[in-house]
Amino acid sequence: MGITRRAALCGLLTAGATAVNITPSSAAALPAPPADAVGLLYDTTLCIGCKACVVACQDANGLPRDPTGIDARYDAPVDLNYRAKNVIKLYHDGDRRSFVKVQCMHCVDPACVAACMLGALKKREFGIVSYDVDYCVGCRYCEVACPYGVPKFQWASSTPRIVKCELCNHRLAKGQEPACTEVCPRHAVIFGKRADLLTEAKRRIAENPGRYVDKIYGETDGGGTQVLYLSHVPFDKLGFPDLGDQPAAQLARSVQHGVYRGFVAPLALFGVLGMIAFRNQSHEGADGEKGAEGTL
Amino acid sequence: MRTHAAPMGGPLITPATRLFAGLFGLGAIAIAWRLLAGLGSATALNDGYPLGLWIAFDVVTGAALACGGYAVGILVYILNKGKYHPVMRPAMVTSALGYTLAGVGVGLDVGRWWSLWRVPLFFWRWNFNSALLEVALCIMAYIAILWLRLAPALLEPYLSGADSPWRRRATTFSRIIDKLSVPMIALGLVLATMHQSSLGTLMLLAGSRLHVLWRTPLLPLMFLVSCISMGYAVVVFESAFSSVAFKRKPEIDMLAGLAGAMVPTLWIVIALRVGDLLWRGQFGALFAGDGRSVMATLEVVFFLVPVVMLASPAQRHDLGNLVRASMAMIFAGALFRFDTFLVAFMPGANWRYFPSVSEMAVTIGLVAFEVLAYIIIVKTFPILSGHTLPERQAV
Repeated sequence: MGITRRAALCGLLTAGATAVNITPSSAAALPAPPADAVGLLYDTTLCIGCKACVVACQDANGLPRDPTGIDARYDAPVDLNYRAKNVIKLYHDGDRRSFVKVQCMHCVDPACVAACMLGALKKREFGIVSYDVDYCVGCRYCEVACPYGVPKFQWASSTPRIVKCELCNHRLAKGQEPACTEVCPRHAVIFGKRADLLTEAKRRIAENPGRYVDKIYGETDGGGTQVLYLSHVPFDKLGFPDLGDQPAAQLARSVQHGVYRGFVAPLALFGVLGMIAFRNQSHEGADGEKGAEGTL
Repeated sequence: MRTHAAPMGGPLITPATRLFAGLFGLGAIAIAWRLLAGLGSATALNDGYPLGLWIAFDVVTGAALACGGYAVGILVYILNKGKYHPVMRPAMVTSALGYTLAGVGVGLDVGRWWSLWRVPLFFWRWNFNSALLEVALCIMAYIAILWLRLAPALLEPYLSGADSPWRRRATTFSRIIDKLSVPMIALGLVLATMHQSSLGTLMLLAGSRLHVLWRTPLLPLMFLVSCISMGYAVVVFESAFSSVAFKRKPEIDMLAGLAGAMVPTLWIVIALRVGDLLWRGQFGALFAGDGRSVMATLEVVFFLVPVVMLASPAQRHDLGNLVRASMAMIFAGALFRFDTFLVAFMPGANWRYFPSVSEMAVTIGLVAFEVLAYIIIVKTFPILSGHTLPERQAV
C-alpha cells in the first residue's frame, strides 16, 4: 500500500508543486503592441492644469458631474471614480511641482484583461482596452488587478458597470480624436499612433537636454503602455508605480499556465486518483477494514 | 446500506433552530437591502478595496472550511483508510452546504448577479488567463458533484416506502450514482485541488500591490495544503459538536486519527511559509515591525498552536482539547486567507475598509443558515453513524 500512498500524495501535490519551478522568466520576450496601436503622449512641462480635458471627457462620455467642496459647487473630482475617467492631479514639494494627467494607460498586456472572466474588458480596435457590459458580472477583479488603479465601479447603482477611459473609441469611430487631446490648449496631451508618439517623445528628450527625466514612462513599464509620459520630476513623485519591464499579470499567469499547461496535470491527477480509488474499492483496506466501498 | 447511518430524528423546531433561523432572518433583510440598494449602500467596499468580507470570509474561507469532504475523501478513497468512512457523509454534507453558501456569497458580491449564468455557459468567451474563471467553473462543477454524490443518502428515507414509478426512478438514479462513484470521487478531488490552489493564485494578479510577504508563486500550494488541514479541523469540530448536541458517544479514536492527519499537513504549511520567505530572501520582512509583518508572524504562530496542542496521543484523545485545537486551526487558516485578501493588499494610503454592519449581518446570516440546514439534514436523513446514547437532547 506504501507505493500507492506515495503515488497518491505525489499526485495530489503535482498541481501545486509545478508552481515551485516557476519564476517570472526574464527571458520571456516583452509583449509587442498591436500594429494599429494608438495612444496619448502627455508632457508635464506643457500642462498648465486648466482641467479643460477633465470637463471635455465628462461631456464626451456622458458622465455626470462630480461636485465637491463647500456648497458642492466645484466640479473637481479628486481622483478617478465612476464619474471621472480622466483627472488632473498636482504634485508639489516646495518649488518643485508638476501636474499629472491620470486615465487608463491602455497597457500592451493589461492585467485587467487577464483578470476578466468572459472578456468584458479586452483590447479591441487600435489596442484600446474597452468594456463590453454584456460580458461583465461586476466581480471587480479588474480593480484588484490594475497596477494603476484605473477601473472604477458604480457603487451607488444596483445595476453597476465598470467605468474607465476607452480612449474615446466612439469619437475615433467618427474620425474625431479623443476629447482630452482635442481640447488641450497647450497640446500637453496629444493623440496619435503609439510608434509615432514614441518617436516624438524621444525627439523632445534629445532636443531639450536637462528638461526631462531621461525616461519615457510606458515605453517598457509593466510590459509597455499605449499612453506615454514625459516628465520633469521623477515618475514615482507623480504616483507612477515601478513595475519593471514585465507585465503586471506575468506572475499570476506563469503560475496559472505552469500548472494548467495543456490541461495535462489535472487530467493526470484525475487518472491517478481514479485508478487508486478503483483499486482501493476492489481490495482490502490497509487497516484491515473494507475500503471505500459503495455509497459515500 | 453499508454505512449504518441513521437519521437523528427529534423535533425540528427547538430553541437552537429558532435562534439560527432568527439570525438568518436578519441576514435576509441585509441581503434584500444589498439587492435593492446596491453594493455602495449596503457595504463598506470601495474602489480601493473592491473585495471585502464576503469574498475573504464567505467565499474564500468558507470554501476552505468546506474542505472536509475533500480532506476526508483523500484519507478514505486514496489513502484507503476505511475506518474514517463513517465521517464521510457528515463531511460531505458540510462541504455541500459550505460550497453552496460560498456560491451564494459570490452571487451577492458580484454587482451584476443576474449575468452570472453566462459564466458557465458562454464557453466561447472563456478567458483562460483568468484564475477567477477557473475558480468559478470549478466551484460550480464541484457543488453539482457534491449534491449528486449526496443524493442517494438524501433519497434513502424516500426509497424505503411503497413501490411507485417515481420511487423506481429514484432507485435507478441512486444506483447510477453509486456505479459512477469512482469517476465522481476522482473528479471531485481534482476539482477541489484545482480551485483550492487557484484561490491562492487570485491575489497574485495584484502584483506589486500585494505585499511582498504574501507575493509568492507558492501561495497556491499554501492555500491547497492549509485547506486540507482546515478540512480535518472542521470534521473534528463538527463531530464533537454532533456528539454533544445529539448526545452520542464521540468516536474519539477516529477524531484522534483525523487530528493526527492534521499535524503533518500543518508542518508542510509552516515549512512552506517560512521556507518561501527564506528562499526569496524576505525573511527579514517579518521583523519590519509594521502591521503587515505582525500579521504575517501571527499566521505562523497560530499555525503552530494546533501543532503543539495535538503533539501527543494523549492530547489527541482528549475531546475538549481536540475541539480547542481544531478551533485554533480554523482560526489560523481563516487568518491566512484574510491576510492574503485584505491585509496584504495595498491599494494606496488613502483607502480604508472595515466591513459594514449589513456585510456582517449577511455573513452571520449565511453561517446561521448553514448550521440550521445541517441540523435539519442530520435529523431527517441518514448522515451520522455510530452509537446514540439513551437520552437524546434536542437541538
